[in-house]
Amino acid sequence: MSASLWLLISLPLGGGALLALNGPRFPRTVPALGAAVAAATLGVAVAAAVTRPTASAPLFAGMRAGLAVDGLSAVMVVTVAAVTTCVLAFAAGEFTADDNRGRFFGLMLLFAGAMLVTVTATTLPLLLMAWEAMGATSWALIGYWWRRPGRAEAADVAFLTTRTADLGLYLAAGAALAAGIGSLRLDALPHAAPPWLYVITAGVVTAALGKSAQLPFSFWLSRAMQGPSPVSALLHSATMVAAGAYLLLRLHPLLATTVWAGPLVAWTGALTALALGVVAVAQTDLKQLLAASTAAQIGFMVLAAGSGGAAAGTTQLVAHAATKSALFLSAGAWLTALGTKRLPALRGAARRYRLVGAAFTVCALTLAGLPPLSLWAAKDEVLAAARAEGTGLYAVGLAAAAVAAVYSVKAVRYVTRPLPEDPEHGYDTEQHGTRRIAPTTPPPLLLLTFAAAVLGVLALPGPAAWLKRLLGAAGEPGPRPWELVLSAGVALAAAGPAWWWGARPAPVPGAAARAAQGWLHLERAAQAVVVRPVLGLARALAVFDDRVVDGAVRQTARGGLAAARFARRLDDGGIDAAVRAISSAARSLGRWARRPQTGLLHQYYAQAAVCFSVLVLIILLVR
Amino acid sequence: MLSVVTFLPLLVCAVLLILSRVLPDRAYVLIWITAAAVDLALVVVLWAGFDTGGGTQYEQRARWIPSAGVGYHVGVDGLSLPLVALTCLLFLAVAVYSLREHRRVRSYVCLFLFLQTVSTGLFVALDLILFFVFFDLSIVGMFFVIAGWGHGERARAAALKFFLYTFVGSLALLLGFIGLYLAADPHTFDITDLTRAAPLAGRGAYAGLVLLAVGVGLAVKTPTVPFHTWLPPAHTDAPAAGSAILAGVLLKMGTYGFVRIAMPLLPGSWRRYALAVVVVGVVSVVYGALVALAQTDFKRMVAYTSVNHMGYVVLAVGAAGSLAGTDAQARSLAVTGAVTQMVSHGLITGALFLLTGVLYDRGGTYAIDAYSGLAAHTPRFAAATAVAAFASLGIPGFSGFIAEFQIFTGSLASRTTATAIALTGIIVTAALFLTALRRMFLGAARLPPTIPAAGITDLHRHEALPTVALLALATVIGVVPRWLLDVIEPAGRTLAGLVAR
Repeated sequence: MSASLWLLISLPLGGGALLALNGPRFPRTVPALGAAVAAATLGVAVAAAVTRPTASAPLFAGMRAGLAVDGLSAVMVVTVAAVTTCVLAFAAGEFTADDNRGRFFGLMLLFAGAMLVTVTATTLPLLLMAWEAMGATSWALIGYWWRRPGRAEAADVAFLTTRTADLGLYLAAGAALAAGIGSLRLDALPHAAPPWLYVITAGVVTAALGKSAQLPFSFWLSRAMQGPSPVSALLHSATMVAAGAYLLLRLHPLLATTVWAGPLVAWTGALTALALGVVAVAQTDLKQLLAASTAAQIGFMVLAAGSGGAAAGTTQLVAHAATKSALFLSAGAWLTALGTKRLPALRGAARRYRLVGAAFTVCALTLAGLPPLSLWAAKDEVLAAARAEGTGLYAVGLAAAAVAAVYSVKAVRYVTRPLPEDPEHGYDTEQHGTRRIAPTTPPPLLLLTFAAAVLGVLALPGPAAWLKRLLGAAGEPGPRPWELVLSAGVALAAAGPAWWWGARPAPVPGAAARAAQGWLHLERAAQAVVVRPVLGLARALAVFDDRVVDGAVRQTARGGLAAARFARRLDDGGIDAAVRAISSAARSLGRWARRPQTGLLHQYYAQAAVCFSVLVLIILLVR
Repeated sequence: MLSVVTFLPLLVCAVLLILSRVLPDRAYVLIWITAAAVDLALVVVLWAGFDTGGGTQYEQRARWIPSAGVGYHVGVDGLSLPLVALTCLLFLAVAVYSLREHRRVRSYVCLFLFLQTVSTGLFVALDLILFFVFFDLSIVGMFFVIAGWGHGERARAAALKFFLYTFVGSLALLLGFIGLYLAADPHTFDITDLTRAAPLAGRGAYAGLVLLAVGVGLAVKTPTVPFHTWLPPAHTDAPAAGSAILAGVLLKMGTYGFVRIAMPLLPGSWRRYALAVVVVGVVSVVYGALVALAQTDFKRMVAYTSVNHMGYVVLAVGAAGSLAGTDAQARSLAVTGAVTQMVSHGLITGALFLLTGVLYDRGGTYAIDAYSGLAAHTPRFAAATAVAAFASLGIPGFSGFIAEFQIFTGSLASRTTATAIALTGIIVTAALFLTALRRMFLGAARLPPTIPAAGITDLHRHEALPTVALLALATVIGVVPRWLLDVIEPAGRTLAGLVAR
């Protein structure tokens, strides 16, 4: 049983490591090999979803590295493996011979493998390992074109932001042990007693919000757009950002146990869906628009997790994964062909490359939440869960759905307008376009688009009940018919005016537009509040270390030398001088004693006479 | 057997000194490599025969100075065996790395062989005076390495500072040892006997003073804040091989002293002053990371990250002395993490210092600003450095994570605030390594003018082999750690029990 599970994670991880290390030796076969490994992984994932294997190995004292495929994991492993396969098949045609394809495909497989471990881990240590390894590989993928200015910095921002949030998981692990949950099993975490329960929950929520680019961490997602398009397609759909949503869905019993956590998570998700939706509307760069929409759409999953809608969040996750990866593949195909991702320059791109255009349009309309496409149905599941929590949440969620229609329609409108007079004028802003769509593009793109369109069946009564049973969430509320109609109406009502308004500047104050355009200035705020103070403190401490700490050591050494000099003076001028004085006094005494020794007898007689007289005198005086 | 492992390098050193000077330079290094490899093979045999649950093994006792209670007593347990293996591996790596050394090779080889005996001897010593002798001799050996093969005049100043500072520390240590000796009845320096008797139990102020002396002596060697300022100049001006040994082996002597001497011999005082130890550890973690972040010299930066990494060890051993609000699992997890961190830091920082040696060899400077886009010219060097940096910043998949996760998880229960503060160290470390990597290796290519017009060469085989081997072992520990933890854990449990008695 457990063999298939080990195979599921070792295929992408081992294959990825081998490709990354040895890829440069056989550059031509790397893309095929990478896609083949991904396809094999998909096969194993499907098998694992059916057989539901479990596996574990000892890791730390009392803590095992546990893996299992339950209902939620079954959905996740298939989704992750399927999207990875499609993206890698697409990427096979994306790179030139100059690029190190071994590094790219190897890292992509490692990245996906880390996500597979994340979604199958049953203990916190293993989850954290995969979680952080995913962050590290995302750094290498975002900075893939490291020669170009700004790319490595973007990778740093993304990695450091998500890792800062990851500290929450370290905290949660320690708190779980402190609470007596020595096994650190995920399903045991809700049994922790307060106050450790609160620490665990806070840590898990922070890590998940950071990974999922929810408020206030959203800015790293904007920077992550500097990576190659296939990276965006994978990172924004089934991995990385989805990991945060997955963790919250997995641990929704924990959120339910901690009273304040559910509402906090739900409101964060709802507000992110709304605010980042507005950010998406304000973007003029297609990939930036899609990035902001990712944060917004993940917001719906977070909202579901916070409202106890595990099945709803999972449906949204799967439907969004297909939709968003197809959208990024389309954007990537245009970027490769036309060399630009600026929306004004992409005018008419859908007409120029009709197949890609059709796929993009379908997926964007899905993203808009228009019936009968998948995200319409999925979002209604989420909103039904939110409505059970409170009307406020429902209203904000509905508003966010309207905004989703606006940004999606905006993108569709740009690319489907007739081609301008001189389309070439706006091309090649990013790179030199090839002016053709690679033959590897259509199959994965159409597959994903098809999935995006029809995955809404998961929300039909029959499949929805099956999914809820699969996820062990049988009692979850589903959307009422009027809710479905209302959300469809809202989406259409928002989409129509948005189409009509077109590219004209939004009727809002300039400051608000600039804030939305600049991702709410979140990165600038993080720079001002965290980065610059820490750097300043570091520089101050370095000076302190040199001048004060080491200065004290140097002063001690100088003090030692000064004491030595003083001792030398004392020795030379005091003790030794006294010794010298005694010796010279003795010498002069000797000199005086030598003077009478003349060798002349008459002088000796005279001295004897004087001495005798003195003696007589003394005797006389003493008597 | 243990004595053979310990004194084999010294024997080879003696033979080299007696032999005439006719051998070519390379022959000396080859003899050194052979000796180090044989020594490592012997340790592997020891490891294979080691019974993980069997306490101290391969013991040997001999009379040395019986009138003063001093004996030759050696043995290994789960705390020392990994460090003995690390020592032998690092010396082998350094030997291979030194294949191209051409300055006074005979003395160089002899000095390192001497250092290997001293280092191994310290980790197997079970007598305080034997420990002290090796502790002091390591300072002497490293002094000559830095002064003789370091970077010019500054190296001699740095070596002097290193010697005087750590020598003062060792004197404090000796004072503490004498305090222990006097308290024991009958008087003895034997660590096993002293551990069993715990002679200072219940002797409040006296025991506190002994712990202070021992603690300061070990803190200087570790080093912890504020006794760390000898470290950056010593590293910056030492040759790469010396830095690797200094960071990889010599620093461990301080932290090993905590788990071998301070904790089991002075359990009562250790528990009473655990908070002070924890504070020193956390300050070392955060302060070391922040000061490293502000450095502009790559090697100096790596040196400060050692202060940070050793701070985690000190935090863990302090938390293991805090009984309130914790259970045996957490405490032994912390101790196991601390010992794992010693091994991990030796492997990873050893590799990093060897790589900085390559940097200096090519560009003649450690200044981060002098380089840019190096990865374009030296892809293998860049890849190795990036892997070492990620390993050092504690990414799972490398040994650093295995160590730090256990330290944090084991320490949080008893020292929640301190551990939470220490957690920020891993994000600062990540920031500083990523910034340095970005500035030196990524972006547009720009090299310092000191590099000849012919260009810059990538890693040679004698440079790649040791660094890749060290990093590969760090990866093995990071992915399948049980073979190492199986050895450390029983000893960690025993130690946690000794401290709690």
